[in-house]
Amino acid sequence: MSILVNANTRVITQGITGATGLFHTKQAIAYGTKMVGGTTPGKGGTTIEGLPVFNTVEQAVKETGANASVIYVPPAFAADAIMEAADAGIELIICITEGIPVFDMVNVKRYLENTSSRLIGPNCPGVITPDECKIGIMPGYIHKRGHVGVISRSGTLTYEAVHQLTQLGIGQSTAVGIGGDPVNGTNFVDVLTMFNQDPETEAVIMIGEIGGSAEEDAANYVKEHMQKPVAGFIAGRSAPPGKRMGHAGAIISGGKGTAAEKVAAMEAAGIRVADTPSEMGSTLYKVLEERNLLDKCKN
Amino acid sequence: MNIHEYQAKAVLRQYGVAVPDGEVAFSVDEAVAVAKRFDGKAVVKAQIHAGGRGKAGGVKLARSVEEAKTHASELLGKVLVTHQTGAEGKLVKRLLIEALTDIKKEYYIGLVLDRSIGRVVMMASAEGGMEIEEVAAKTPEKIFREAIDPAVGLQGFQARKLAYAIGIPDALVNKAVKFMVGLYQVFVDKDCSIAEINPLVVTGDGNVMALDAKLNFDDNALFRHKDILELRDLDEEDPREVEASKYELSYIALSGNIGCMVNGAGLAMATMDTIKFYGGEPANFLDVGGGASEEKVTEAFKIILADEGVKGILVNIFGGIMKCDVIASGVVAAARQVGLERPLVVRLEGTNVDLGKKILGESGLNIVSADSLAEAAQKIIQLVG
Repeated sequence: MSILVNANTRVITQGITGATGLFHTKQAIAYGTKMVGGTTPGKGGTTIEGLPVFNTVEQAVKETGANASVIYVPPAFAADAIMEAADAGIELIICITEGIPVFDMVNVKRYLENTSSRLIGPNCPGVITPDECKIGIMPGYIHKRGHVGVISRSGTLTYEAVHQLTQLGIGQSTAVGIGGDPVNGTNFVDVLTMFNQDPETEAVIMIGEIGGSAEEDAANYVKEHMQKPVAGFIAGRSAPPGKRMGHAGAIISGGKGTAAEKVAAMEAAGIRVADTPSEMGSTLYKVLEERNLLDKCKN
Repeated sequence: MNIHEYQAKAVLRQYGVAVPDGEVAFSVDEAVAVAKRFDGKAVVKAQIHAGGRGKAGGVKLARSVEEAKTHASELLGKVLVTHQTGAEGKLVKRLLIEALTDIKKEYYIGLVLDRSIGRVVMMASAEGGMEIEEVAAKTPEKIFREAIDPAVGLQGFQARKLAYAIGIPDALVNKAVKFMVGLYQVFVDKDCSIAEINPLVVTGDGNVMALDAKLNFDDNALFRHKDILELRDLDEEDPREVEASKYELSYIALSGNIGCMVNGAGLAMATMDTIKFYGGEPANFLDVGGGASEEKVTEAFKIILADEGVKGILVNIFGGIMKCDVIASGVVAAARQVGLERPLVVRLEGTNVDLGKKILGESGLNIVSADSLAEAAQKIIQLVG
């Protein structure tokens, strides 16, 4: 078990003939992901890397039985691509694209309300279940199969956390990047709920950052419902207010969304928060030790 | 992106949203010419990208052309310090000269994204002229909110609910509704991130209009708004940030002495946090982004080095999309171009890490390597003393 993706997930790439889409499709194939095709309007009927290319997602689903899609199309066309995937009945849509206009995502979120699709991202690294399925831009080799769930708003900080865990001998069940945009498809609470129900996941590490209140909502969920230990980290303790720190969603506005508030909410919910990003792995390690979960999680 | 009040009002006017009659002036002569149109009964407002202008003396009333002239000469060229400008203040280069408005009562109307529901929300309050954050903190019950379904937009009934809730006089509710619907249309059509009318006023002659107007725009959507992009005032922005934006680098100047170059916003913030945790001060936030080329990395490096306050540099890269060898080549090329006299600590991890380390090692440059972020932060802090 794992969450969201596994060895049976059948994946297409939207924007497969673009440089980024192609590069990461090759990487996914090399990792062992069950890639079944891709789309680029106008290139239907051709093949690339041995995969069939379709004009529309609808055709791709019909011909390949794809149930997941990863989107690498440019920001101006990404909202359209997400809605196309949902319309074609894709269950899991992972949008890597960064820089999508916020109002496009407001419309996308509204559109998805009437579908059964789940969107991860946008502006995210993707989702990986180690040794089974890698969808996204994360370097595969830093991961190790195991029992710790990883959720993060930041791409590179996810790699940092995973890398530390792997070096400590702690494997991951699934690592999910939910993205750094203010409007996204899946939030911390959604993923925590999945990890809570996943028998393979024994503990969770969640990595948040300044802006919004998703971490506070997550802390509430952990306090009320989480049966597994959670460790965390919040980026942006040194960020000045009113400045957008790279991610569209990472901004302290009107005194709200500070790292201090988030850390306080998480600690009040029993989440162990690391002081520096270098200690994300060791913080979780200590929690596992205390809960007698180390034997189960270390290999 | 931010624009000036007079520009925001011009955008509102295009949508039939009522604003006072007025014009921008870049000189005292221009200001006098506009004031004459109003028989001298005018408001002279400093145009800078910061709130709190009124309290800081940046808004002055005139009863005669002579008085308007005096105010204009005082304000033009003055450095205005408000609670939003920082201690260094902002130089006033433009004025808005507006007809004096007969104000009966002031209100607040704002549009923002509510991230928790992924929808735009209109907020209204009878506490016009006050900072909305202050109202929200002290008397949250005085703020009324309507979440807007993007499929249908702001509906009349929602605007009416808000207008009645904040006590707009019955006879003017329809005008207030028209105002709110127009404002929402501006917000959507122009991809605003914030639209704030504070205050919205009811006037003696029975109008509902925006006495002040603040519009911010979603940077990610500017590609489809060439008209808005033309309103950008580079004088209001940090020159280093302007330079960085030319290369699509996400850069924010800070006051410390350790320059940072990182890939990924989260890791860039965490790098700053780590420097601070070990007692250092970051000089900047800089995310080179996902698909950076060697050229982009070189430019990033130059921007960091252009800051005289930078005594040392920390490069922290965890390669995903970004390959470590590309970063390494960029760093080496930049160091050769501009000369590397200040200490440089590089920490690489991820895709093509070995190749990246090899490039750095064979460069013959004085680059200190580190394996973890904590180690890198401690090393650069030690090197800058």
